[in-house]
Amino acid sequence: MSHEDSHKDHAKEHQHSHGHPHPQQPDSEDEPYSHEQVMATALEELLSDKGLIAAGDMSSALDYWASKTPADGARLVARCWTDPAFAQRVGENVNAAAAELDMDIGTTPVVAITNTPDLHNVLVCTLCSCYPIGLLGESPGWYKSRAYRSRVVSEPRVVLAEFGTQISDETEVRVHDSTADLRYIVIPMRPEGTEELSEGELAEIVTRDCMIGTAVAKGLEE
Amino acid sequence: MSRFKKGDTVHVRTDYPQGHARAPYFTRGHQGHIEQITGPYPNAEELAYGRPGAQEPLYRVRFRQQALWPSYQGSPHDTLVADLYEHWLNPGDRS
Repeated sequence: MSHEDSHKDHAKEHQHSHGHPHPQQPDSEDEPYSHEQVMATALEELLSDKGLIAAGDMSSALDYWASKTPADGARLVARCWTDPAFAQRVGENVNAAAAELDMDIGTTPVVAITNTPDLHNVLVCTLCSCYPIGLLGESPGWYKSRAYRSRVVSEPRVVLAEFGTQISDETEVRVHDSTADLRYIVIPMRPEGTEELSEGELAEIVTRDCMIGTAVAKGLEE
Repeated sequence: MSRFKKGDTVHVRTDYPQGHARAPYFTRGHQGHIEQITGPYPNAEELAYGRPGAQEPLYRVRFRQQALWPSYQGSPHDTLVADLYEHWLNPGDRS
């Protein structure tokens, strides 16, 4: 039976009453549009009517950003771990270093901050939700939450502990509030016992949260 | 040309202007040190209203957490770095 036939049969079944209402799957259109949705749709229609964007431009832009994942950031970190000269170039200019690995991370300047035994770094944007999408993909929901944004600046060690990350009191915890034109990536410390791993294997242990600083990189055996 | 150099003590203006202010509340009125000088970038507080935005140095300013939060429970070593446009900063007390 073709897809169309199946639809027709289904429609036929619904033409007669059989005594009970069908539950309706909830849909986004069930609720009235919010002010922001109306304004966004109006803006898109105006841009389109004025010929400033073509049909499909918006969805291809969204597709472009949705295609970004933390895998690029992980690849960059793994290269830093295996190539000290590359790590130095990352320290000077992340955007240029990423281009060496054929990554397009956009033009917003990204700054790498490197964890050491004496310094653990963690990222936030208290004013909005600035995030290095080009290297890490879309930010996780919690990163944009008011709870994370307000608490990680005033009680970072408590928040880190909730992520399962314990940092010694001897180690400085430094919070970076990304409030303006710069974006950040944390270069985590390479875990002990990973000397034998290839660069590709190393990239697999670099999680998104390691590069935000809410986690530390762990070896494969842990 | 930037008004401050790396290591300078700076004081964040105690000011509460209306609008798209880019200095987090919890830094205002506090002293920190210039960690890094970046930019210049057009002032985002102006760009937000469709104005061109004057080019300004953007400083990465490091604060001691115990100075920002009187009841801070973490280690005394802990710090916070915020990115602040030059117009938010005045020279701090020598310390």
